Amino acid sequence: MTTHVAADHAHSEGDHGHHELSFIQKYVFSTDHKVIGLQYFMTGVLMGVLGALASYVFRMQMAFPGHAVPGFGLVTPQIYNQMVTNHGTIMIFWFAMPVLIAAFGNYLIPLMIGCDDMVFPRLNRLSYQIFLFSALLLIASFFVPNGGFGGAWTSYPPLASNPIYNQTPYGAPMWLAAVALEFVAFLLGGINFITTLMNARAPGMKMYDIPMVVWMIVIASILFMASVGPLVAGAAMLFLDQTLGTGFFDPARGGDPLLWEHLFWFFGHPEVYVVLLPAMGIVAEVLTVFARKKLFAYRTVLWTAVATGVLSFFVWAHHQFVAGIDPRMANIFTVTTLLISVPITEMSFVYIGTLYGASIQLSTPMLFAIAFIVEFLIGGVTGIFLGASGADIYFHDTYFVLAHFHYTFVPIAVIAVFAGVYYWFPKMFGRYMNDTWGRVHFWGTAIPFNGIFLPLFYTGMAGDHRRTFNHLNFPDLARGDLNFLRELSTVSLLVMLAFQVIFFVNFFYSMFRGKKAPANPWNANTFEWVAASPPPHGNFVTLPHCYRGPYEYSVPGHSSDFWPQNEPAPKT
Amino acid sequence: MLNWIILEASSYAAQIDNVILIIALLGGFWLFAAEFVLFYFVAKYRRSRSPKALHITGYDHEHNKWIHWSHYAVIACDIVILVFAARAWYHVKQSVPEHVDEEIRIVGHQWAWEFVHPGPDGKLGTPDDIDLVDELHVIINKTYKFHLESADVLHSFSIPRFRLKQDAVPGREIDGWFTPTVAGTFDVPCSQMCGLGHGIMGGRIFVETEDEHRKWLDSATGKTAAIPGHSTGKLASTQGRN
Ligand code: HEM
Ligand SMILES: [Cu+2]
Ligand SMILES: [Cu+2]
Repeated sequence: MTTHVAADHAHSEGDHGHHELSFIQKYVFSTDHKVIGLQYFMTGVLMGVLGALASYVFRMQMAFPGHAVPGFGLVTPQIYNQMVTNHGTIMIFWFAMPVLIAAFGNYLIPLMIGCDDMVFPRLNRLSYQIFLFSALLLIASFFVPNGGFGGAWTSYPPLASNPIYNQTPYGAPMWLAAVALEFVAFLLGGINFITTLMNARAPGMKMYDIPMVVWMIVIASILFMASVGPLVAGAAMLFLDQTLGTGFFDPARGGDPLLWEHLFWFFGHPEVYVVLLPAMGIVAEVLTVFARKKLFAYRTVLWTAVATGVLSFFVWAHHQFVAGIDPRMANIFTVTTLLISVPITEMSFVYIGTLYGASIQLSTPMLFAIAFIVEFLIGGVTGIFLGASGADIYFHDTYFVLAHFHYTFVPIAVIAVFAGVYYWFPKMFGRYMNDTWGRVHFWGTAIPFNGIFLPLFYTGMAGDHRRTFNHLNFPDLARGDLNFLRELSTVSLLVMLAFQVIFFVNFFYSMFRGKKAPANPWNANTFEWVAASPPPHGNFVTLPHCYRGPYEYSVPGHSSDFWPQNEPAPKT
Repeated sequence: MLNWIILEASSYAAQIDNVILIIALLGGFWLFAAEFVLFYFVAKYRRSRSPKALHITGYDHEHNKWIHWSHYAVIACDIVILVFAARAWYHVKQSVPEHVDEEIRIVGHQWAWEFVHPGPDGKLGTPDDIDLVDELHVIINKTYKFHLESADVLHSFSIPRFRLKQDAVPGREIDGWFTPTVAGTFDVPCSQMCGLGHGIMGGRIFVETEDEHRKWLDSATGKTAAIPGHSTGKLASTQGRN
């Protein structure tokens, strides 16, 4: 297992002999894992901005229905549905997944396990190219006749399968094809991550010496690969229903719409953990470094992640309690869903336990990492209401659900990602981001985030349903207190969006003008800090050897409060 | 528990709200406990106060008992929640009351509810049925069994004040029940994405006293649905295919 496999001959194409690569070779057709990681990052963030702008449009409509949205115009029901649908789709598939898994995975895995590149660099490049194409296809679907798909990110047939019902004969199949292609891109990436971790670890790096973020991204990739298969088959059937008029999901022709729901959620629930685990991994790295403390019960973290992953395959129908499935089934899925609370609480407690007896420095990445735990706990606890069949009868498809899952997704895809960006930025670009502006950005993100979604728990409890174009059409919902909360939520969004400008300015300014950072600015243990900042093509001057676990901070008797994985023990 | 936010207007609304209350109490306890410990640690172990960190693996009993102990407590809470949730679920979704006063048929359309009332004879499926769009008339404290269908895509029949929700699936007839306990007029939104008009699809339910209901019956007898192309007869043929 510890044999060192050098990345394959793909390198020999361009760089052997002539070390100056042209811009195109270096940035467009690169097979270097770091470049591909940054490509995924930039594309993902760009898509995330699109998703956020979509939420601006529909949140404005929600708070001020019927008023033209500044910078956009009047929102019709069609535009509203299209925005909501593509916001959800983009945020999950083109923002959370590429950034958390593909960007961090590509950038970090080879560096953190101490090798020079992915095992299949050209597969890696293909993965990004397919991903980029899928993103362009999705964006193109907005501009075809009748516009983009508006049948919700869950795309339930027969609405999604029949153009007579969804009225988007081109938008719907394009949306579906884009999603399916995105799956292909991540399958290729996943194969690469798993193989690389298995085959290319530095000599001496054993199972429990692997940094947690690497484990988490690889476990997430395994979960993804195991769950997405049935959905790809389902997507093919749905595509045929849409384009050739087959009847896989059409009851009038012997099909069954509930079949799609099962396939979708069999994938969809594990998908939640596919994005959660990498975020947990990032937080583990940041937490330990800025607490100067060993991760509490490493093996427990690892095995609870595996347990959560396995359990997540048995809970999918909690999304379908009231969907018309056999009502007896709800009891079984309530049991499995409540069971997941055990490993997840365990994991949260272990993270909190890591702070016990620590020496905490509240740097910008650390603030984000702690905020992740604070907010994710709220998301986790509110999930119990929805996993408990009896309570979900009422809460299903209300804003309570929406607030719940944004309390999981925003910590995952926004807060943990910021923790990772502020933390690894010096490695990626050899410079620091500005810490003061980082803190301003932190508070300007964390506080308005709660301002957006806390009120929505309340409106959900009061009966606001998701995907509602105009609440004022429902006499019971046109209440003063609810209108006020809807407006509060939207104003908070505007504030949060405004503070993101600070981040982008800080990011691009620091890339070129930031204070120069040394190779290991945070005194961290893992291998990526051994390489130069930014790491050159091939990463390490000499490939490192692993002597210990990744979290040996504040070891008694050791001369400094960190002990890099590559540093041999002193001879005694 | 939610009565102060939204009226409990059916026989089982309070039971569902109780499940929510139990979860709020148990989950709330864990949430506050965890957040408290977290903030306490962050405050107590700041570098200024705690310049040197401990080195613990977290495997020894001394330290991980805190996690194992809470482990069992979480399982115990889960069991309590499960019992309450499953009982409410069984009552609302798995059983139909022995005595049903009237039956109604509900059909989801893009984008309106069609409500078929049994009419003066009190029997569904007879010529005197009253078929209305987005208007459902019921009598307070009577138990209704409904037959839910869809003429096109998925819809969801939802009466928030009853804490009732059930998806309508084309090709199936799904049965359920409710007993209104408060007189008044309430929203009946659609809660499943059903296309362009989903966000404005909503009917009203009129919970009336016997007298009011009789008056309404007198004025309404003979009315039929105004949804073109979806006459009751045609819909009736879709039932039973399941
Ligand atoms: C920028 C902050 C965000 C805001 C203000 C926001 C707001 C919203 C709102 C209000 C809706 C519901 C619209 C409706 O039902 O009418 C929604 C839907 C959704 N959001 Fe977000 N969101 C944000 C970020 C995210 C992130 C980061 C993710 C995931 C990584 C995400 C995933 C989703 C999903 C999956 C849906 C469901 C779409 C559907 O119903 O088809 N959102 N968002
Ligand atoms: Cu789920
Ligand atoms: Cu609807």
